[in-house]
Amino acid sequence: MSDATLVFISLVILFLPLAGFTIVIHLGKKFPKLYLFEVGLQLVVLLLTIVVAVVKLATPESVIISEFHWFSLGDVPLVGNMVVDLGIKIDNITVLMMIVVNLISFLVHLFSVEYMKGDKRYTRYFAYLGIFTFSMLGIVLTHNLLMMYIFWELVGLSSYLLIGFWFEKDSAADAGKKAFLVNRVGDIGMFLGILILFTQYHTFTFDTIYAQIAAGNLPFESTAWLTAAGILIFMGAVGKSAQFPLHVWLPDAMEGPTPVSALIHAATMVAAGVYLSVRIFAMLTADAMLVIAIFGAFTSFVAATIALTQNDIKKVLAYSTVSQLGYMVMSVGIGAYAFAFFHLVTHAFFKACLFLGSGSVINSMHHEQDIRNMGGLRKKMPITYLAFLISTLAISGIPLTSGFLSKDGLLAGSIAFGSLTGHWLIPIIGFTVAAMTAFYMFRLVIITFHGKPRNQDKYDHAHESPRVMTLPLIILSALSIFIWYTPNPIAAADGWFLQDWVKTPASVVPQEVRFDFMKTDAAHETNAEEPGNEIVHSEMYTEAMHHAHYPAMFLSLALGGLGILFAFMLYQWKKIDPDKLAEKLKPLYKFSLNKWYVDELYHATVIAGTLAWSGLLSWFDGNVIDGIVNGTATVTRFFSRISNWFDTFVVDGIVNLSALISGFVGLTLRRLQTGKVQSYILFVVFSVLIIVLIFQPF
Amino acid sequence: MLQVGLQHFLIVSSILFALGIYGIVTRKNAIMVLMGIELMLNSANINFVAFARYGNFGLHGQIYALFVIILAAAEAAIALAIVLNLYKTFAKINVDEVNNLKE
Repeated sequence: MSDATLVFISLVILFLPLAGFTIVIHLGKKFPKLYLFEVGLQLVVLLLTIVVAVVKLATPESVIISEFHWFSLGDVPLVGNMVVDLGIKIDNITVLMMIVVNLISFLVHLFSVEYMKGDKRYTRYFAYLGIFTFSMLGIVLTHNLLMMYIFWELVGLSSYLLIGFWFEKDSAADAGKKAFLVNRVGDIGMFLGILILFTQYHTFTFDTIYAQIAAGNLPFESTAWLTAAGILIFMGAVGKSAQFPLHVWLPDAMEGPTPVSALIHAATMVAAGVYLSVRIFAMLTADAMLVIAIFGAFTSFVAATIALTQNDIKKVLAYSTVSQLGYMVMSVGIGAYAFAFFHLVTHAFFKACLFLGSGSVINSMHHEQDIRNMGGLRKKMPITYLAFLISTLAISGIPLTSGFLSKDGLLAGSIAFGSLTGHWLIPIIGFTVAAMTAFYMFRLVIITFHGKPRNQDKYDHAHESPRVMTLPLIILSALSIFIWYTPNPIAAADGWFLQDWVKTPASVVPQEVRFDFMKTDAAHETNAEEPGNEIVHSEMYTEAMHHAHYPAMFLSLALGGLGILFAFMLYQWKKIDPDKLAEKLKPLYKFSLNKWYVDELYHATVIAGTLAWSGLLSWFDGNVIDGIVNGTATVTRFFSRISNWFDTFVVDGIVNLSALISGFVGLTLRRLQTGKVQSYILFVVFSVLIIVLIFQPF
Repeated sequence: MLQVGLQHFLIVSSILFALGIYGIVTRKNAIMVLMGIELMLNSANINFVAFARYGNFGLHGQIYALFVIILAAAEAAIALAIVLNLYKTFAKINVDEVNNLKE
């Protein structure tokens, strides 16, 4: 298949969901059956994606770019020649991401057919899924920052629509607003970052910008600005991928329908931030990467501690998502590029499975989300249980699962990073989070599926979900097994996924602002100019990662096992009473249960500040602006009163006077007009007499 | 012996004319108004004849007087017919009450 065909199919894949959205949103009311059309369309998109992926991955080295001039502003003063290009770029991570997006999107479509049944805006829901898929594919396919930004916002919009899908509930409407506003904070940073790059390079295209940086052309001739641009664009990822301190919207977003949480808030949209970080990886300086690593590590730690104590099944999963996203971001920051993307893919599958599993549980428990009312569901819902368990094993990093491979890789990367740069805090946080993840995920499984039912009534009514809902679970849990990514169940590095498909791109930033381990070897310096020839990581990093592999594996296994053991001790065998433990660690427990008081902090600072500021503005508006307006009104009224007086007495006076005169004359003359012929004759006679007397003819 | 001259005729005719006008102006009865008109016409006749007699005009005055008498007869015939019809229509012949044409 030629490149042109591949580009064409990719564009079809991109625009079919938009067509689906347009048709279903307009005709959905008339033809409620159109949701089937949307599901079928998504299946077609998925099949096309698989075709594209197979063709593209057969030639892993090739990169297909197709672009056109969108518009040209000519020679703009102070800026220079401005041409804006749009285009798509198809490389390995593009097609892999497309598979992730479209596969999960299709499975979620399928799952929703049953889950959303009976909803009064059923077809509209599917239309929204369509526009979401379109926007997400736009992010994945774009080859420039402008389109990235446009689709970034479109994704934000569709996320807003879907979170607030049940907008009759105030909490859902608020959650949608919150997600939109919090994301906006990050997007401002991203926008500024894009503008810094555009000011310097007059283009939005990734590859052109990287080529310019590699040629030594820096924004404002300073590496500090390059670092700033990297960090600012990363701010967009902080918002969208729910990194601390902008993570607050994601747990609230669980107000949306559960399949939406699986698609958007676990697998795809929140991964867009990581995808963006991966795309800009080449232009990140050492400082920017360190900032990113610290953000990611801290986020994963904060979210993991919160997830320990939550009681809402979806909230636990939401915080675990935040925590895993922190992992990925950290992984980008420490230079483990391939593992960041690998973890993105594996996480997308098992987390979507976990969310759909929770959706299955919630559906069969009649919209009960509190795990304290569940328990013992293992017997009632065997398929859901099994799928949930496999995904839990994957997220906990147990061997034979995909999660083990990716997590192990990025933890090894963090050890290598620690040993090479001395930032040991990052691996320490990484391993702590691994232990906590295993603990809270097994806590969730045990409380939900094991033990005795806590709410007998709801338990009696629980039932396994229909096949439309279990099929996606089965497929997704199957994708959580190692075999899809590598033939070797304990190391991914030599599997096809990392060996052939995902390669760390060459860093383009100047040598002096790279980490030591990322500097280009002197031996390769000579042919570094040729693309593809540059050695990305020096032997140092590869070697350090190789050394770290087994320690990391054993350490993470030991810690994960410890976490699981602890969870079983607390909740399965009841050797330790969790309530007593909570009582003993009360301050910590409270701190975690209340989510580190971040929301409260925002209420006290940002929201209270905004309210105070708007109060001030309102006062200004009420007193100063209104005062001016009212003053103007008073002056106007005064003048109009004068004008009114003039009008009444002078103008009207003249008019009335002339009327009066006419009336008086009329009244007087009316007397003569009697209508009696005889009196007229009298007048005639007297007139003749008078005329005769005057003219005296004799 | 008083010599009868032109002035006497003119005085008689102006008395007749004034009486005619007086009749027209003061009477409400249509027939009395007509009679007033007759008086005025006749005063004019007297003038015609008197001027013809004392002036050097030939018989022009007398002939005009004859025309006026004929005209007065025709006028009286038509006017009396109108008055009759008025009476038929309104049952009254007072000129100031018969004013329906005004509306």
